[in-house]
Amino acid sequence: MSAEQAAALGVSYPPLQTYSEEEGMMRDAVNKFAQERLAPFVSKMDENSLMDPEVIKSLFEQGLMGIEIDPEYGGTGSTFFSSILVIEELAKVDASVAVLCDIQNTLINTLFTKLGTAAQKERYLSRLSTDMVGSFCLSEAESGSDAFSLKTRADKHGDYYVINGSKMWISNAEQAGVFLVMANVDPSAGHRGITCFIVDRDTEGLQIGKKENKLGLRASSTCPLNLDNIKVPEKNVLGQIGHGYKYAIGMLNEGRIGIAAQMLGLAQGCFDQAVPYTRQRVQFGKRIFDFQAMQHQIAHVATQIEAARLLTYNAARLKEAGRPFIKEACMAKYFTSEVATLTTSKCIEWMGGVGFTKDYPVEKYYRDCKIGTIYEGTTNIQLSTMAKFIDKEYDH
Amino acid sequence: MSRVLVGVKRVIDYAVKIRVKPDHSGVVTDGVKHSMNPFCEIAVEEAVKLKEKKFIKEVVAVSCGPTQVTETIRTALAMGCDRGIHVEVSGKDYEAMGPLQIAKIFAALAKKEEASLVILGKQAIDDDCNQTGQMTAALLDWPQGTFASEVTIDGEKVKVVREIDGGLETIKISMPAVLTADLRLNTPRYATLPNIMKAKKKKIANMKPADLGVDMVSRVEVLRVDEPPTRLAGVKVETVDDLVAKLKANGTI
Repeated sequence: MSAEQAAALGVSYPPLQTYSEEEGMMRDAVNKFAQERLAPFVSKMDENSLMDPEVIKSLFEQGLMGIEIDPEYGGTGSTFFSSILVIEELAKVDASVAVLCDIQNTLINTLFTKLGTAAQKERYLSRLSTDMVGSFCLSEAESGSDAFSLKTRADKHGDYYVINGSKMWISNAEQAGVFLVMANVDPSAGHRGITCFIVDRDTEGLQIGKKENKLGLRASSTCPLNLDNIKVPEKNVLGQIGHGYKYAIGMLNEGRIGIAAQMLGLAQGCFDQAVPYTRQRVQFGKRIFDFQAMQHQIAHVATQIEAARLLTYNAARLKEAGRPFIKEACMAKYFTSEVATLTTSKCIEWMGGVGFTKDYPVEKYYRDCKIGTIYEGTTNIQLSTMAKFIDKEYDH
Repeated sequence: MSRVLVGVKRVIDYAVKIRVKPDHSGVVTDGVKHSMNPFCEIAVEEAVKLKEKKFIKEVVAVSCGPTQVTETIRTALAMGCDRGIHVEVSGKDYEAMGPLQIAKIFAALAKKEEASLVILGKQAIDDDCNQTGQMTAALLDWPQGTFASEVTIDGEKVKVVREIDGGLETIKISMPAVLTADLRLNTPRYATLPNIMKAKKKKIANMKPADLGVDMVSRVEVLRVDEPPTRLAGVKVETVDDLVAKLKANGTI
């Protein structure tokens, strides 16, 4: 039953897994596209640590890179929840493709849409929805969780800025045509000097370093960036000077729901690969699924995934409803990344020896899930953030 | 060259494991995943391609059944059809619905909409009838190009390459005509997200078979549905003589 049908029947509180007709159609379309078109590329991209340009092209063609962008800029004009469903479906097949789509939609596109001047939107949004990938550059070698102690400087010279510094762990860097760089215009003001700059790929002095050789999410390029006296015009400041830290926090609050969706899809996709095996594999005269110990483990994991799904969907709906959602977003990201870790580990065990080989897909899910507890806010950061909210809740 | 009617049928998804109802009256459909019949997807794709090549102006997607079939029509709209027609059939009429009634509905609609082409899938994967296209053509007294693996419009004629038992047959037929799509005709596109959004604004008209003067009474009664017998193990023999001896022994020859 769709959300529209529920409303027509007067059901005021439909279950969380109720989608509008449009959301349902999008999810089904992306599910089909991912399972049929993307799946054949996954193994090779992982092995070669390289995202196939065909894959990126097809993401743009399907309208998956500009989900919330207004159709006037070539986007799909849909909602945040649709983005969440898309990321989940992509992650069931490949977490690297999902993260590319997630960063584009929840970080880059949102920043331009919310903060861009008419000229900036004109220049970038139509490219972001049709053929250009974006990267978000906050972290540095010396500042990860302690993001605002970043050292990249932007010095003003008349109508342009000269930016010097280096960034690390930048996703999509190999493919990006535009970089949103967080730099400090006034270190004496501490984090209140952090400003967001739009840096085009072909800017002189911008060097994209060699990508990391990673345990998982290998098809997603993660590179260091060197900014050597790069000149950025004043008109390329996104939003207001010194407000960059606010924008970063704001976007990351939303982005973490996207990561929750990625981890959720990853867990579900892995589970969907492992359970059929347990129904086929026979030992001691019966399916291994029929052993009580296996049934209990499988049911436990299924429950965790369901709980993770509800946390993720609810955080997304809260945000869409304009209600406070930060604590819930932290919970979703924290919980789903833990669930992904549990699920993938168990799935390998359920598949036994074959689960441990690269001939079967589960070992990749196991490697891919690990970053979930680390990026876009480590588990410890999520927990501390939640604790701050909980503390306030008892302030009477 | 203006309008093409495309039929889309909502069927149990091809990947689902089919189960027979305990009372053997049919197969279980409740709670089972349904999608557009794969051959209907190919038909929609062909119609949309003809429109993109500017041979036709409008593609109308038609489906017969209860409210759920509107999902199938929406998918057709998301693939590029311009508008939809939902012919409402439910309850006993829907259960007894077969190629003849559908053909009558399509024939009536083809006349009403002044269609130049009716494109259908060659068969549905649930009943495998492979009759609707042929019956529709007969009722309209139009030429038919069935099992099409290639369609080319040439002025007022259509060149159709047909997949037949002996290979490929190429025919040229005049329009208006009925075509049925075979597997290799094309590869259906995925509905892109922007097209799904656009599909929301496209219109789906509702009507009943009676509005088209069609009676839904079935001349066919399903007596019983059974699963195919479980495959029994075979027997391997060493020589041809053994094979002949065994075949003689069990009365086959």
